[in-house]
Amino acid sequence: MNQPHAIQLEHIWTSFGDKVVHKDINLALPKGEILGLVGASGCGKTVLLREIIGLQIPNKGEIFVMGESLKTISSSHGKRLRHHCGVLFQKGALFSVLNVFENIAFPLRELGVDDEEFIKYLVFMNLENVGLSAKDAWLKPADLSGGMTKRVALARTLILEPSLLLLDEPTSGLDPISSQDFVDLLSGLHRDLNFTVILVTHDLDILRDLCTKVAVLADQQLVAFGTLATVLACQHPFVQRYFHNQRAQRVFNYQAQAQPKTQQGQLSG
Amino acid sequence: MNQADTHLKTQAILNTVAHEGGNFSVLLSGDWVLSNLTSDSDLQKRIKQAAEDKKLHWDLRSVNGLDSATALLLWQAWGQSVPAGLEIKPEHLRLINKWQNQTVPNLDEPSFSFLQTATYLSNAISDVFEQVLNFIALLGQLLLDGGHLLRHPGGIPWSEISITIYDAGVRALGITALVGFLIGIVLSYLSALQLKLFGAEIYIIDILGLSVIRELGPLLAAILVAGRSGSAMTAQIGIMRVTEELDALSAMGISHSLRLVLPKVIALTVSLPLLSVWTSATALIGGMLSAQNTLDISYQQFLLKLPDAAPLLNVFIGLGKSAVFGLMIALIACHFGFRIKPNTESLGNETTNSVVAAITVVIMVDAVFAILFMDVGMP
Repeated sequence: MNQPHAIQLEHIWTSFGDKVVHKDINLALPKGEILGLVGASGCGKTVLLREIIGLQIPNKGEIFVMGESLKTISSSHGKRLRHHCGVLFQKGALFSVLNVFENIAFPLRELGVDDEEFIKYLVFMNLENVGLSAKDAWLKPADLSGGMTKRVALARTLILEPSLLLLDEPTSGLDPISSQDFVDLLSGLHRDLNFTVILVTHDLDILRDLCTKVAVLADQQLVAFGTLATVLACQHPFVQRYFHNQRAQRVFNYQAQAQPKTQQGQLSG
Repeated sequence: MNQADTHLKTQAILNTVAHEGGNFSVLLSGDWVLSNLTSDSDLQKRIKQAAEDKKLHWDLRSVNGLDSATALLLWQAWGQSVPAGLEIKPEHLRLINKWQNQTVPNLDEPSFSFLQTATYLSNAISDVFEQVLNFIALLGQLLLDGGHLLRHPGGIPWSEISITIYDAGVRALGITALVGFLIGIVLSYLSALQLKLFGAEIYIIDILGLSVIRELGPLLAAILVAGRSGSAMTAQIGIMRVTEELDALSAMGISHSLRLVLPKVIALTVSLPLLSVWTSATALIGGMLSAQNTLDISYQQFLLKLPDAAPLLNVFIGLGKSAVFGLMIALIACHFGFRIKPNTESLGNETTNSVVAAITVVIMVDAVFAILFMDVGMP
């Protein structure tokens, strides 16, 4: 058996009326990778993410999630598949009528778990995992800050320990400290749980610090896919503008400056 | 595709294996994840039963996947400890060991005490007073805006008024006509059965004329508009709160009452009387058809007798009432719209409150009108 892919997109075409959003997109992402999906605003990144989740159907092409074709999957198998996929929406999408505890416990209850003690253990462990305290469990979503909302949403997403995690702009609207905390948190969880992550982002720091693979959408196509170094070497005009402007250079030069120091440290150590 | 082999977690398998010398061991294999366990409740029971026998040897080496939840389940079944001689992959043992130090904080959900009940009650009372004050403030602001517009007629929001008249008035013509027509038929049919007993068939025109023109037409139109347009107005303002459009208006120095409340109030005050005439007309047509069928009263006879049965003054009373209904519905809808907080729960609650309050106030106003104009417009 070949190395299984967490996600495989085959000849995806999407259009809204006359507007073509995706033109023959192909991508295969091995398990355990963290893929950063980048592109200009309105280029169809979120649409692609929604297609992978199954919230939208492409006009042409086939999507395989954990080896299952979304086109031919049966409803019972589709339900099982959803238990293996976690989605973090841009604004958290917490249920405003439920408190933090109930929001996190929601997927467990939906799965049929009714042992309250068991639910408490799992909820509080996940709260701890995302850096929140037990006191926050009784707060309502309206009482949470942006960073806390994202953490609670992540805890809810991770409670079933999905094999595939899909994140839509996870650090948008967060201050640099919260954003860095979120990156560290995700990095640590990925190390422990080894899930596959696909995240839509405009945050160059995330691409640099977290992603093992980067995919660039431009001109309705996937113009670059690979490690950050591979993508940086791509000559496509959009990639050049996106990754080689002054701001991006500052981010990536920082990495270049930081690396020799680390290497030097390792050598001397 | 080459890699289309499914790798969803498959099944959790538990086997009890007998060894030489009468020893038994529990062999777990497959994918031990929560979704597999919840789909097979028998498996959980078997785990607990097996764990009761402390002499059993546990072998988890063939387990492909184990998640934290299942690790917790096993750990709890084993009596919150790891059984002696457990054979397990190191990464799975880490998951089980993680629960050794995990504690559940003793934080029960806050329960209601006497003090909290008293606080809740006092909050509810002050909320009622606050609502009354806010409603009066909204009414006052509306009067000020009206005065401002009289001095500066160029600022009248004609387009907003026109859109609201179309939405709340023109688009409600169908439903009000249908409801009015059916009520007219029902009223006429039921009255006919009683009138026939006394040989007073001709009085069907009096009953229909007075009740429909003076009461039912305006009331039906108002209730339908409160449910249809009042709720929409409340939800619209609420969504504007959620999407920060209200804040944007304030930041630009634009008065909420002038741009949002006044057009709705003017539009409903104008369109509801017209809708009420329309509803009354369709109800009378329904009643007339039914009267012709059940009591053999011709259309001509019905139309000729109607002005005597229900003098023109009743039409004006109906119109006046409807204008007040429209004003109240719009004000209440806007008042509850501004109370909405940026969450879905509040949106649902306040929209419901808005409709309930609007219908209640409409009936109260109707009662006041009935008392005030008790001797006016009778044949």
